[in-house]
Amino acid sequence: MGIPDRPPLFPVLIATIGALLFALPLAGLLWRAPWSSAWDELRSGPARDALRLSLLTSLSATGIALALGVPLAWVQARVDYPGKRLVRALTTLPMVLPPVVGGVALLLALGRRGIVGSQLDKVGLNLPFTTAGAVVAEAFVAMPFLVLTLEAAFRSSDRRLEDAARTLGAGRFTVFRRVTLPLVAPSLIAGTVLCWARALGEFGATITFAGNLQGTTQTLPLFVYIKLEGSNPNGAIVLSLVLLVVSLAVLVGLRDRWLTAR
Amino acid sequence: MTLSAAVRVDVTGFTLDVALEIDAGQTTAVVGPNGAGKTTLLRALAGLRALSSGRIDLDGSVLDEPETGTYVPPERRPVGVVFQDNLLFPHLDALDNVAFGLRTRRHRRRDARRLAVDWLDRVGLAGRGHARPSELSGGQAQRIALARALAPKPALLLLDEPLAALDATTRNDVRRDLRHHLATFSGVRLLITHDPVDAAVLADNIIVLDNGRIAQTGTPAEITARPRTRWVAELVGTNLLAGAANRDGIIRLDAGGTLIVADPLPMGAVFAVVHPRAVTLHRERPEGSARNTWRGHIATVEPVGDRYRIHVDAAPPVVAEVTTTAVRDLGLAEAAAVWITAKATEIDVYPA
Repeated sequence: MGIPDRPPLFPVLIATIGALLFALPLAGLLWRAPWSSAWDELRSGPARDALRLSLLTSLSATGIALALGVPLAWVQARVDYPGKRLVRALTTLPMVLPPVVGGVALLLALGRRGIVGSQLDKVGLNLPFTTAGAVVAEAFVAMPFLVLTLEAAFRSSDRRLEDAARTLGAGRFTVFRRVTLPLVAPSLIAGTVLCWARALGEFGATITFAGNLQGTTQTLPLFVYIKLEGSNPNGAIVLSLVLLVVSLAVLVGLRDRWLTAR
Repeated sequence: MTLSAAVRVDVTGFTLDVALEIDAGQTTAVVGPNGAGKTTLLRALAGLRALSSGRIDLDGSVLDEPETGTYVPPERRPVGVVFQDNLLFPHLDALDNVAFGLRTRRHRRRDARRLAVDWLDRVGLAGRGHARPSELSGGQAQRIALARALAPKPALLLLDEPLAALDATTRNDVRRDLRHHLATFSGVRLLITHDPVDAAVLADNIIVLDNGRIAQTGTPAEITARPRTRWVAELVGTNLLAGAANRDGIIRLDAGGTLIVADPLPMGAVFAVVHPRAVTLHRERPEGSARNTWRGHIATVEPVGDRYRIHVDAAPPVVAEVTTTAVRDLGLAEAAAVWITAKATEIDVYPA
């Protein structure tokens, strides 16, 4: 028997390199951050536009994801129908699909000459290169996080409680509102936050489908990318920090779900 | 008030087919082994499962009758259910659990809460209104579940294994408690249990369900004295022997062998009950008055209190209950060959 207290050297060394891979870029970001001018950078016109727009689009996308995703997750968890696996695959796809491909697909479907887009165009609805288009792109990429989290919760919640509620005079909708939904509340919150965080960080699908117009479709990640290449790297770094802080806040907020696992 | 039900539910490979008629103010227990259809019956009465055919009539109003296309959904039936494991809503405190059925039945929030407080008081949990179900003991949760089911004033109360989740020490107290609370409910009471003690203590009448059919009905005393299913006989710890009686006062048993009884016999198919204490074991062939004597080998020896229950492989197989002294003196161990006697005067025979 070896000495049990002393971990073997080799895997610890590799693990350290692995951890540094995550830590070093963050350290670099913090190191290079222009702390003295950070406030001014945030208040500059284009940065404020990007912040405001990102907040608007990511919250709208989350709203759409909730309105469509909650019923979708419920149906996927509770209704048996042919083609259910196909629907699950389709709704999961955006999580693994390169976002830029999602953007191309959206453009081909909802673009002005797309299958659906050409019809929308006739009634005066135009999505590409509009704020609404950015919202659609973000919802497309972010909604799976909500649907998958919630579907698992619906699936594992005790349906006998819903039976109990029905014998107590609750119709189907009341059961859903007063029993089913409260029981999955932790997952609903977690899924919503994940969905929002993903929408906030969306880049590829947005820039492909909605373009990069300041004040209309230039969200935070687009702003960071453009400014870093061009006129204002300091602004890019400061807004990167903002996104980093949001991510950390999400992580801390959901720590009971992930960080406490031992 | 009367529940009158002819329940037929077809599930793949299983059919529940029972007819019941239960008056208000009485508690009827439905007992039977797992898979007998007890829970299916409860779900059908509650409306959580539709009938395949038949009719459920509660106090003159039809709740389910496939033939006429009548089906009242659970939320519109005057039925309260105490579920197995209580199934309190974990996200609501005790008070809101009790108030749940009042809120859905159009009581205003404040009224519902006031009535719920009354109910908490009635089940002796006045101070526990703000406790979450996870903070309640098993017995307290059970009382909350009962209050929740009774608060909307149902006409029919269904209880599904209400004591199954409790440990042995609290079980007796909760059972006594439940008996008291059941007595205050004036509607029709139907209890489902697999525990004969629960049935005997809580019920006025017992329905024995076996494989989807009613095997026996009667008072607890009748059922335990003259069981008609092996399951009940085993639960009450007695020997149930089925056979056919002939003119000479001899029963030819289905499991082999014969029995001679003292009393005059009904003719044809009969059940004979022999209490394990009326069965005697010997190592040598016994002399004497017992006319029923046969041989076998001991299968198992299990201690029960200060006595032993001995299962003997024989034709017919029997259980004997003997003293510790007898076990020691006779060397009664597994695989030992024994002679069995059963006194003719201690055998109760009734038509099958």
